[in-house]
Amino acid sequence: MKHIKTLNTRNLKESMKAGGCGECQTSCQSACKTSCTVGNQSCEKIGK
Amino acid sequence: MIHRYCNHGFYIVLDVNSGSVHVVDRLVYELLPAVEEAVLKNVTEVSEIMRRLRPIEGFSEEDHREAVEEILALKDAGMLFTEDIYQDQVFDFQNRQSVVKALCLHIAHDCNLACGYCFAEEGEYHGRRALMSLETGKRALDFLVEHSGSRVNLEVDFFGGEPLMNFEVVKELVAYGRSLEEPRHKKFRFTLTTNGVLLNDEIAEFLNREMSNVVLSLDGRQEVNDRMRPFRGGQGSYERIVPKFQKLVKSRGQKDYYVRGTFTRHNLDFTKDVLHLADLGFEQISVEPVVAPKTEAYAIREEDVPQILEEYDKLADALLERKKAGKPVHFFHFMIDLEGGPCVTKRLSGCGSGTEYLAVTPWGDLYPCHQFVGQERFLMGNVYDGVVNTRIRDEFKRCNVYAKEKCRDCFAKFYCSGGCAANAWNFHGDINDAWDIGCELQRKRIECAIMIKAALAE
Repeated sequence: MKHIKTLNTRNLKESMKAGGCGECQTSCQSACKTSCTVGNQSCEKIGK
Repeated sequence: MIHRYCNHGFYIVLDVNSGSVHVVDRLVYELLPAVEEAVLKNVTEVSEIMRRLRPIEGFSEEDHREAVEEILALKDAGMLFTEDIYQDQVFDFQNRQSVVKALCLHIAHDCNLACGYCFAEEGEYHGRRALMSLETGKRALDFLVEHSGSRVNLEVDFFGGEPLMNFEVVKELVAYGRSLEEPRHKKFRFTLTTNGVLLNDEIAEFLNREMSNVVLSLDGRQEVNDRMRPFRGGQGSYERIVPKFQKLVKSRGQKDYYVRGTFTRHNLDFTKDVLHLADLGFEQISVEPVVAPKTEAYAIREEDVPQILEEYDKLADALLERKKAGKPVHFFHFMIDLEGGPCVTKRLSGCGSGTEYLAVTPWGDLYPCHQFVGQERFLMGNVYDGVVNTRIRDEFKRCNVYAKEKCRDCFAKFYCSGGCAANAWNFHGDINDAWDIGCELQRKRIECAIMIKAALAE
């Protein structure tokens, strides 16, 4: 495309089909403890 | 639903419901609202859309046509103007099985520092000083294993107060946890949050062997740190702690840690603190806004927000420069995993407090998370009897992005998942509300994080 560059992202709709395994990290166990930072967590399945 | 913004010279468009991120030129940026309006009225013919557009100066008709065609192509590919199809999933959340997979173990309700902003009140959490016994800790791990269903990965954070004030119990609990892994088909990920005062070589060796992450509390410049993080006698902690953290981080190979600071209205120029931490040799850094009642002099006020937003821009610029100079700094709040980020189920349900994530006091009481500890209304049960106050658990089960009125039209909802329930409770008395200043800062951090991705993709 000439006018638009799309960054590679995970399609959220698609993630609904295979998601929800619950094996991923709990967000507050990382480094926040006073906010909620789910967006920077990684999917356990994709990470493997 | 789309969100458009311009930052650092990049025109960025987020398609909220698909998670797609587009870097566009000014023409597409300017045309998008009108094209969206047409599409929402089911007008999808290029010529008809062209007829409805107000031409953008400096671009030819052919440019306009190309731009509209590209926008429509993304729409057809499900990457622009996508609808929200997730709301129907909320019902399932309310009826989901209750599984516990993470515990915040308050191994010590005591601390050797007297930090001015401590929500744990120097470790005591509105209660008494106490250390967790080995027996209570073991029972907590048993409770976690018993209530974790088919989850393999279990997380235990040693928290306080200062957990190293009860290090012998930490060591024994890790050994106990490891002994449960094979027979119970579980894998423990232990983490520890420390102020570093008691850190020594023996402890460092243990942390490097057993902790999948360590969080090291330090605010930044010496005067900033020492103002808010003094010893009980009033003297600063910076000089004692910094060399210990530097040694630990080096011995961990710069991996699996965060140096974590808090900024207050006393240091709204916190970019200097982040860069100071980087100059000390730390590459994994988190510096967060203080969360405090308006009555505190150091609390962030609504009038501080514009300055903080500018400061995040400054920080993003500085971090980009360092990255380009081959000296990358990973700033926790600018990290975003676009390609391998969490599934939508996780994004809807948030941090899991009160359901899959619980805090355990030194005497074994269960609370929805570390920030609720000591607030009797939120006492859920204990590690011996389990969750007996199921009303609280069900309240948290229903807490999701769609339960929050303020989140409905917010572009950030699938990144912050509705924000922190404790902050919502503390500021509004309702876990389904949101701390407004926190939201404004969160939105800005997400914009900066995505801008950095765009800049690095160039």
